[in-house]
Amino acid sequence: MTAVSYLTAFAADAAAKEPAVFPPLDTWHFPSQIFWTLLLFGLLYFMLSRFILPKLGSTIETRHSTIADNLDEAQRLADEADAGQKALEVRMAEARAKSRETADKARAKIETQINAETAKVDADLATKLDAAEARITHLRDEAMSNVSQIAADATQAITDRFGVKTTTAAASSAVGKALDS
Amino acid sequence: MNQFFGGAAANDPISQFKIKSLLDIDVAGFQLDFTNSTFWMVVGVFLTLAFFGVAASRKALVPSRLQSVGELGYTFIADMIRGISGEEGLKFFPLVFTIFFFILSANLVGMLPFAFTTTSHVAVTATLAVMVISIVIGYGFYKNGLGFLNLFAPPLGDMHPIAKFVLYALLIPIELISFLARPLTLALRLFANMLAGHIILKLFAGFAVMMASAGGLLIFGAVVSFLAGATINALEFLVAFLQAFVFAILTVIYLNDALHPSH
Repeated sequence: MTAVSYLTAFAADAAAKEPAVFPPLDTWHFPSQIFWTLLLFGLLYFMLSRFILPKLGSTIETRHSTIADNLDEAQRLADEADAGQKALEVRMAEARAKSRETADKARAKIETQINAETAKVDADLATKLDAAEARITHLRDEAMSNVSQIAADATQAITDRFGVKTTTAAASSAVGKALDS
Repeated sequence: MNQFFGGAAANDPISQFKIKSLLDIDVAGFQLDFTNSTFWMVVGVFLTLAFFGVAASRKALVPSRLQSVGELGYTFIADMIRGISGEEGLKFFPLVFTIFFFILSANLVGMLPFAFTTTSHVAVTATLAVMVISIVIGYGFYKNGLGFLNLFAPPLGDMHPIAKFVLYALLIPIELISFLARPLTLALRLFANMLAGHIILKLFAGFAVMMASAGGLLIFGAVVSFLAGATINALEFLVAFLQAFVFAILTVIYLNDALHPSH
């Protein structure tokens, strides 16, 4: 037995069993179908539009507005943070400028002080040097005169030892001559 | 032969559409019986209400899964309406939402084994279609007055009067016929899709049972038939959603005509 014969047998059987009207086109239930469809559709419409959809809609609306509000708040806080950052930067720059100015002032003051001190010390040193030089010259001159005195004395003494009598003046002039040459 | 059709009612692909009266109700000569079709319609409506009732009762800011799916349905329909007819169309949001989920629930409930598919009956789909078109016509005249008739005679702009006359003579009958065809196509598309799908499902399932009980090499035929039936079943779920969507989107397009009749 092939599948085709099953099909034909099936169709024949179906035709034999259902000689009556095709159910969807049977008219006896039309009033009932129309009535119940309208009633149940009306019920569903009433319940959905009156109770359920407004609730669903308001939930979605609330979520949207909450998200929007939160985003706005976040934006506001970000703006605030930006403003704070900018203010901070301005103040930092101000402080830096001020500190530079203070440092410059201090440096200038110290420099003038150093210059004054240095000049004072230099002057002091110069006078001291002059005094020292004068003293040295004086001492050297003194020493030099002492040397010629001692040399004259020594010459007198040496000549005495040789048995030659010399005067102090002669010894002095001889020493002077020797020293000058 | 008869052994294969022992349960003739189970194998016959048409008897699944048979309407049985569960409760006789007669009102003013009208037979408004509570039938098996009515019962499954009630089931669909009840499930829709239960689902969205629970989804709407949870007003969490971060939605749970169920609430999320419920809100997805809400935004899906709302976006569809907004896309076609803008914010103005949203006054029909509850209607379109109800249409979509009424049909979807009926289609999906029909996918349950042994359940009845109410949308496979032209009386049901025609009722919905006529309702939609009545609302379109009623609202169209309410909002635009006789301007609603511009729908059938769209403005042609600057044109020679004779050309205009000829064009309108052609255009108005075409527009009229296409408008009158709307409820028909709306009703028949849904009806035919659900009917054909369920007949095919039943046929494949019936073949599988018949071939399997015949035994022998036909077992393979039964396996093929069963797999084909399973595939069609998956397809039917898609059709169930798609047809509800098509009905809803066409409703929006027709309502848009009522809102803006001059195209």
